[in-house]
Amino acid sequence: MKCKLLFLFFLLLPLKILCGQRDLEAIRRDLARKEGTPSTKSSLEILNVSYDPTREFYDDYNAIFKKWWKQKTNQNLRIIQSHGASAKQARAVMSGLDADVVSLALAFDIDAIQHSTGIVGDEWQKRLPNQSSPYFSTIVFLVRKGNPKNIHDWGDLVREGVQIVTPNPKTSGGGRWGYLAAWAWAMEATGQQPDLAKEYMKKLFANAPVLDTGARGSTTNFFLRKKGDVLISWENEAYLMIDKMGRDRVEIVYPSLSIRAEPPVAWLEQIVDKKGTQDAAEFYLKYLYSLTAQELIARHHFRPYDSQVALQYEKKFPKIPLISIEELGGWDSIQKLHFGEGGIFDEVYLSEKE
Amino acid sequence: MLSKRYPQTLPGRDLHLIFSLSYLSFLVLLPLGFLILSLQGVSLEEAGRILFSRRAIAAFRVSFSLSFYAAIIDLFLGVIIAWVLVKYEFLGKNFFDSIVDLPFAMPTAISGIALATLYSEEGWIGQVLTKAGIEVSYTPSGILIALIFVGLPFAVRAVQPAVEALDVDMEEAAASLGAKRPAILGRIVFPQLLPSMITGLTMSFARGLGEYGSVIFIAGNIPYVSEIVPLLIVVELDQFNFKAATVLAVAMLLLSFLLLVSLGLIGHQLRKRYG
Repeated sequence: MKCKLLFLFFLLLPLKILCGQRDLEAIRRDLARKEGTPSTKSSLEILNVSYDPTREFYDDYNAIFKKWWKQKTNQNLRIIQSHGASAKQARAVMSGLDADVVSLALAFDIDAIQHSTGIVGDEWQKRLPNQSSPYFSTIVFLVRKGNPKNIHDWGDLVREGVQIVTPNPKTSGGGRWGYLAAWAWAMEATGQQPDLAKEYMKKLFANAPVLDTGARGSTTNFFLRKKGDVLISWENEAYLMIDKMGRDRVEIVYPSLSIRAEPPVAWLEQIVDKKGTQDAAEFYLKYLYSLTAQELIARHHFRPYDSQVALQYEKKFPKIPLISIEELGGWDSIQKLHFGEGGIFDEVYLSEKE
Repeated sequence: MLSKRYPQTLPGRDLHLIFSLSYLSFLVLLPLGFLILSLQGVSLEEAGRILFSRRAIAAFRVSFSLSFYAAIIDLFLGVIIAWVLVKYEFLGKNFFDSIVDLPFAMPTAISGIALATLYSEEGWIGQVLTKAGIEVSYTPSGILIALIFVGLPFAVRAVQPAVEALDVDMEEAAASLGAKRPAILGRIVFPQLLPSMITGLTMSFARGLGEYGSVIFIAGNIPYVSEIVPLLIVVELDQFNFKAATVLAVAMLLLSFLLLVSLGLIGHQLRKRYG
């Protein structure tokens, strides 16, 4: 089963790249042709409402985009950033925060804005290549230096005496991706038997003494309070922590299967219309697909969509099978099955208590 | 004639009354009213299902029981602290008197992080406790510690004026009539303090029920075990289940209101009896 899936994955990989990269060429022609802007104002301001781990990336990206925009349109652009937990940011936009663009952790959060207010625009996910995700990332394990508990795959996390640290899947985007990666592995390891997979999830969360509300909170618990043996983390956060804390304290372990987490971006149609920032907002997101931006993305430890840039950074981002949200049934059904009232996540905790 | 027209020091009674009542309504009642209004479209059956789900019941139990225990402990500590601050003279009294208020002023998230770090397995206090086999951070005891911390100033400040106002003459009279210490404490001092103690209890209890910031850092936030109602509300919001969040919030509001009113009534009765 595992073998078959792996084979299918590598078979489909080039196909996906071939189809995908054609949009990339189109968008780059667009960028190259760009001259002037319908807006005659000499300066413009846009607000990018984003999630937590992109802070460092957008700092750098905004600087290069401003330069590019000035050069193409002779207009000064000010970009204001807002960061926070993905769902909270989505809620702020729903209740009236005038964001020109949103860049959130899950498509589910942008969908929620669209469902409740309609300001994003129908089919927003089809406006940019790769379903509006300029990069992707995955979930990995961070373990203490030397890997004292000998952890190599998801199966090792349910051993007795292993403590895992993960954020709450109900409140944290990273937590949700991690939960789903574990579920995908469990389904495969048990030959697609949900009951057995549930057993695995129960054991997994029985080993988690704390559920922080956000990914950064879990990271703090793991590093500063030395809580737990394994941190289930975003790949980019794991690299960032190694950059900040040093290589001598922790190391990254790649499991045999993880998830393809694709954080999407979108401009909000109704708001950019109102503010007259349509052009700037649109190109701000399109430029994320340029070669320069894709390289910047890779340097910031996100996996670039561009296959050539990805090739350059092959060593940094080991190829492991990544299951996608579509393969798991799409956000709507996942939400209902796992995180809704009485869903599998509730069950995992309930039966543990009894 | 003049004295009848201006009985208060502050002139313009009616104006002030109207102004303060409308201001109070604007600041307090409007948002709460809005909360209750947003219940529209939630059927009774749905509300019942949300409130009586096992997870919600567990969260309500955690919130109410731990806030109550914390308030009791605060009251006990609060009376002693208030007594010491009023009755004794010692070096640095003013300093200690002002640090009582610190938990009021400190951003609760900071208290939570500080407490979680102190009481975690690697922390100063946590290390000692771990050796004794007691785990505090990331367990319900952690929540209790955080709630005691944020509620303490309320208990102290409620009891302090009553201790100041204690009638020393009465104590002396009782002593001269041959009453022993326990009798003086139980029959003279305690009844005078009781109404303020109820106020202190109510206020730190209410504070504990509403506390979110400090608790989420020190609680493990594990469903059914260490999940408080305010966190459950945030969890529902994060999943865009606005209905469920509203139902939980209104239930919390009503329960807290009932509690405050009944404790207030008890205090009132006691004041009438002893005051």
